[in-house]
Formats: sequence, structure tokens, C-alpha cells
Amino acid sequence: MEKVILKNLGKPDSHKLENYVASGGYKAIQSALKMRPDNIVQMVKDSGLRGRGGAGFSTGLKWSFIPKDPTIQKYLCCNADEGEPGTYKDRGIMDNDPHILLEGMMITSYAIGASVGYIYIRGEFVFGAKRLEAAIDEAYAKGYLGKNIFGSNFSLDIYIHRGYGAYICGEETALLESIEGLRAQPRKKPPFPALAGLYGKPTVINNVETLACIPAIIEKGPEWFSKMGPEKSPGPKIFCVSGHVKKPGLYELPMGTTVRDLIYNHCGGMLTDKPLKAVIPGGVSAPLLTARELDTALDFDSLAAKGSMLGSGAVVVMDESACMVKSAYIINRFFSHESCGKCTPCRDGTPWLTRVLKRIEHGEGRPGDIELLESLCTNIFGRTFCPLGDGAVMALRGHLKNFREEFQFHIDHKRCMAS
Amino acid sequence: MLSEEAKKEIEKALRKYPNKRSAVMDALRSAQKARGGHLEKADMDEIAVILEMQAVEVNAAAAFYTMYNIDKPVGKYHIQVCRNISCSLMGAEHIIKHMERTLNIKTGETTGDKKFTLSTVECLGSCGTAPMMQINDDFHENLDEAKVEEILKGLE
Repeated sequence: MEKVILKNLGKPDSHKLENYVASGGYKAIQSALKMRPDNIVQMVKDSGLRGRGGAGFSTGLKWSFIPKDPTIQKYLCCNADEGEPGTYKDRGIMDNDPHILLEGMMITSYAIGASVGYIYIRGEFVFGAKRLEAAIDEAYAKGYLGKNIFGSNFSLDIYIHRGYGAYICGEETALLESIEGLRAQPRKKPPFPALAGLYGKPTVINNVETLACIPAIIEKGPEWFSKMGPEKSPGPKIFCVSGHVKKPGLYELPMGTTVRDLIYNHCGGMLTDKPLKAVIPGGVSAPLLTARELDTALDFDSLAAKGSMLGSGAVVVMDESACMVKSAYIINRFFSHESCGKCTPCRDGTPWLTRVLKRIEHGEGRPGDIELLESLCTNIFGRTFCPLGDGAVMALRGHLKNFREEFQFHIDHKRCMAS
Repeated sequence: MLSEEAKKEIEKALRKYPNKRSAVMDALRSAQKARGGHLEKADMDEIAVILEMQAVEVNAAAAFYTMYNIDKPVGKYHIQVCRNISCSLMGAEHIIKHMERTLNIKTGETTGDKKFTLSTVECLGSCGTAPMMQINDDFHENLDEAKVEEILKGLE
């Protein structure tokens, strides 16, 4: 398939404006500026593009909630706080092709009437932040940002806001709190950011990969986009593959590619001759799939039907050597480390899960520990302010559902059955 | 006292936002950089004055984010080895143990000459090139023992 989002990856100096322009970049924004903003919103709706950050909400619909009143200040925030273990797609875009993101942000800002955009990039991505900063400077120097961009009546400023180590900032309202200089704890919804977002103003928050899809939708049309992949979950998708495969990396493929096709055709198969044991299909929150489920299509609805989710498109592959108790412990440790502390079930529940998982992993599990984990899951799931606690539970439930006997073996025999 | 460079960076950060408080993260980052990797109360108090915030608000913001090292000086090179799922599958524990042996410190400690601090972190977004670590601003990927040795040797 012809690449759309990663088309410039691997080309020399792909991060430079002149090379982006030479590859056909910054044409879409110039076409967009000749269209009516509401027509662009409609195009994105018609394309069927769903948010690539994890939630999969219709991008065009999200944009359409922004009030039309031109006297109200509006903001666009790009969510580049990529932090779900297994995920590194947005980094790939920002490091290698920052201008595709800027062009996506320009079109989006014009469509929703935002005059200011912020890119919220996680603090550890120093290289990416520098690349973006240089790209923004290049764009200002050319008149692609600032007053009357491309000689139009539309003006736009884009700034970088650097995070400093908090996964929760990927939750959109926590991200807004963080830009406002506060502790990044999620806000109560409603009001939704489309009505009262950054500084209380209407705000759209979109993921990097989502925004990087926008120029191609303008250029090639919504129909082209909507015809790629499944009808209700169309378009190109970046899968970030890691773990026990021969060729881990970023793969841009049509939505709906199967797990088997991705691993065995694109990634060169398993790393060694050990057979596949489990696959996390969408970042660690996504319940894992087993070797029997490799024909599952990687798209929002197919994975939801399997009780999992596409999430960020981070595919973590594990062979028979992987201990599922250890995997559950490591993943859960992440969530308890990142719990923001706002609400009790997550703040107290996720570290409790971690303590129990740690003792099982270390051969100190007690009879009844599996039931204790299940009971804690029940008391966390659906009872938290934001999806972080749910993510911790979904990950653990996926492990328990498919590999309960490994947890029991650890408790009974004080050792691992996998290694 | 904040360095002149840090103050200039804070001035620049203030131009990005409609309110002063929003510049707090950039300000803390600049102050931490100026001090060589950590923050002290005096820095946060000074930032509070510049940004017209209460000192406790600046401290609350700083304490929330793991990359601000409040009252915790780090070595000239802060080594952060990722230990989450993808890196763990590809041998992160081995890298961490090797690092502890080579530097003769435990995770969380700083060498006697204040050159290296060793930490572990939960995912740095470099999972396809696991195992990996970050030293100060730079990522080092596809690690094995030999590569770790070579990287450490290259650090003056």
C-alpha cells in the first residue's frame, strides 16, 4: 500500500521544510484555505477518520461540536504525550516528518476557527521537541505560520508545551490542566473541552497521528480515505510492533490488517523458533489475544468485538518464554506508578494490585490471591474518574482470563511455569 | 538565584501563553537545567515570584511530574533504563544488572564521583528498539552489554 502518514520516513533530511514541500507537502493547506471551514469539517466526517490516540471517536464529529461564533477564542491541542507502553508511532512522525503534523494542525485550526495551537509533547522526547521547534521556526520564516498564513485571512500561532513525566497528561482534560500550569489531574466532564477546554475556551484535542491524516484527506478526498480498510473504521494506521518478532518497528498498513499478517508477513515472523503465546494488540491497556486469535483484524470494532481494543495500535508480541504473571505485574506497576492520585479506586487500588502481583511473581503468593485480584478489579473498574484505572483492570483481566493456570502455578509451586 | 539564561528562557516561555502560570513547567525545566539536574526550594520560590503564583502552587506542580528532581541531585550523566513490557521482554533486567555491576551502584544511587546516577523508568516510547535507555537528553537503543560498555566509555 502507498504510505500516507509515514510516506517520508527514511528519506534523507525528511524533517526539513524544503523536502516536505518537494514531496508535495503544504499543498493541502493551501487548498483548504480556499474552502469553507464547515466543508472541511464535513469532509473529515465523511472520511470516517476516528481518533488515533486510542478512543476512536469520530474526528469530524469532535470538530463539529466547536461553537461557530467567530468572536470566541478557540484552541487546538495536539496530544503528543505518547506514553502507553508499546507505543512509539507519534515519536516516529515528529522525529522524521514534523511538517506533516504542522500541516495537519494548520488545516484543523482553520476548520475549527482556532488561532492558537499547542503541541503537548512528553518531556522525554527531547529530540522530537527540538525537531518540532525547528520546523515551527521554518514555517514562520516562510509565512506558513503567523499572521495571514499563505497570504490568506487566516492567522495561526503554534507553540510547543513540553510535559515532564506524567502518563496521565495523555488524558485530554489532564493535558489541559497541565498546559494551564496545574497538577495534571483529569477534569470532570461535562463540560466537554469542545465547549469549555483550554482556559475555559472551546478546544479540540487530537492525537499526532490523527492530525497527520488530515492533509491526505483534503488532497485525495474523503471517499479515498473511507474506502481503505473496514467501513466503520477506515484509513491507514500505524502499528508499532515490539517484543519477540524478527523485525519490530512502525508499520503503516490499512486498518483491519490481521494480527497474523502483521506479525508473519510484515514483521518477518517470530524472533526465535519459540511459538507465539500472546499479543497485546493496542498498548498495554488492551486485553491480550492468544495464539488462537491471530486472525483478528486490527481495527476499532473487530478488537472491541473480541473484548480488547485497538488503543494506540501498539502491538506487543510475546513468545512461549514470556511469563504472564511477570507481564501482568510489569504492566500493572506502570499504571500504579502513573496513577494521578485524584480518585481512591485508582490511587489505592492500582498499587494494591501491584503488591499482590509482585508477591505472586516472586513466589510469595498466597492462596486466595487470584480472587483478591479479581475483587480489586471489580472495585476499580468503572469507578474511577478517568480511564487509567479501567486500563489497569482490562490489562490484568486479559491476563487472568487466558492464563489463570500460570498465576495458580506461581502461587502453588512458588516458581514460574514458563521459564 | 536563577541564572540569567534560565530567566531569559522563562521570559520566552511567557510569550506562549495568555496566563503566567502556564509557563511554570518550562520555568522549572530551565531552573533544573541551570542547577545541573535538580531543583531546590529557592528555585521554586523565585519562579513563584516571577509567575505570580504561591510558592506552594509551584511546588505542587513540580512534585506532580517525575522528571523534576526536587532536592535530589543527580550525577553529570543521569542514566534511565526502561524496564517496562517491551524492554523487559528483550532483556532490560539484564541490562540493569549489568549497569549496576559496571557502575558499582544500585538503581537509584549516584556514583561517588557524582558522574553517574542510575534510575529505571516505565516506558520511554522506544519499544521497537528495545532494550533502551536515556542518558540525559539522548536515547540509546538496541542495547546489549557490549553497546552499554561502549556508551559508558564515551562519556567523559
